Amino acid sequence: MGKSKRKIKEINSSSMADISFLLLIFFLVTTSMNVSTGLQRRLPPPLPPDQKPQDIDIKKRNIFVVKVNSMNQLLVQGQEMSVRDLREKAKEFIKNEANDPNLPEKVTVDIPNLGNVEITKDHVISLQNDVDTQYQAYIEVQNELVGAYNELRNEFAQERFGKKYDELDPELQKAVQDVYPQKISEAEPKNYGGVKDGKN
Amino acid sequence: MARIRKEEKREAPALSTSSLPDIIFMLLFFFMAVTTMKEVTFKVMVKPPEATEIQKLENKSLIRYIYVGKPTKDYQKTFGSETRIQLGDAFADVNELEDYVVRERSAMKEEDQNVMTISIKADKDTRMGVISDIKQALRRAYALKLSYSAVQRTSY
Repeated sequence: MGKSKRKIKEINSSSMADISFLLLIFFLVTTSMNVSTGLQRRLPPPLPPDQKPQDIDIKKRNIFVVKVNSMNQLLVQGQEMSVRDLREKAKEFIKNEANDPNLPEKVTVDIPNLGNVEITKDHVISLQNDVDTQYQAYIEVQNELVGAYNELRNEFAQERFGKKYDELDPELQKAVQDVYPQKISEAEPKNYGGVKDGKN
Repeated sequence: MARIRKEEKREAPALSTSSLPDIIFMLLFFFMAVTTMKEVTFKVMVKPPEATEIQKLENKSLIRYIYVGKPTKDYQKTFGSETRIQLGDAFADVNELEDYVVRERSAMKEEDQNVMTISIKADKDTRMGVISDIKQALRRAYALKLSYSAVQRTSY
């Protein structure tokens, strides 16, 4: 009878495409492609070959010396320190809020978009490491120093514009950069606290 | 009547295959998206250091990588277990670095040459002596934009 003649309705599959697109988009959004991330730094240009590295006269109060020895220990301004305290110390140095005579001198500079600002224009952070310093320790120190600058810029941006540094317009970012210019200078590696070649 | 309905049920409906292309395309797109082309075959073991202030590296075509670490097991017999530098697909010495950078840069488009970034992918146990040598070589080669490859730190 109707046993074999009756046609069975096909399943409506027109929405299948929608479902598959939905899945596709879901995966596209959630999959994190492995992006390379890193600490970005700029190297100083090379010295001309005929020129000896000259000692630039910097006032003592303007230098912040960070030394890392072969045991990955930190010596900050002559004091031993844990890397966790470095950021605060560096911020205190760069900002010099109370105009402390032992911290970098403040210079009033006219910065476009900001007007006159008192900044520690001539400060330098000098980072010295040993040949045997571990890379991880070096990166940690770099990280804390960059972090100190980033936090100061964020604080300044928050204070002045009520926004985070990253959310500012490019020209305002430039101005904030001028307030807290990154000045990390790296010396040639030396053999601190190592007994590699017989001397200490 | 009841008997007839019973018979009907036995016949399974044919599965529609019209959506198969969609599924296939979906898979294709998925794999296209998640696949990252391997830059090189690693000959050195690199466990990147951890940091918090990291930035994403954009524009992959402008980045050249320097790998620094101990050779992988297969290569330790021939190259020993001292820290080595890998440029492209081969082991290299520090004094080859300058040439490599200059060569890679001249292969770039002229407008891109100034924005070339060198990413140092070094193992976290590397000694700084090697890194400093690399940095000096990069300075001589005028490759001043540098990125120390690191991953986000999850805990102290």
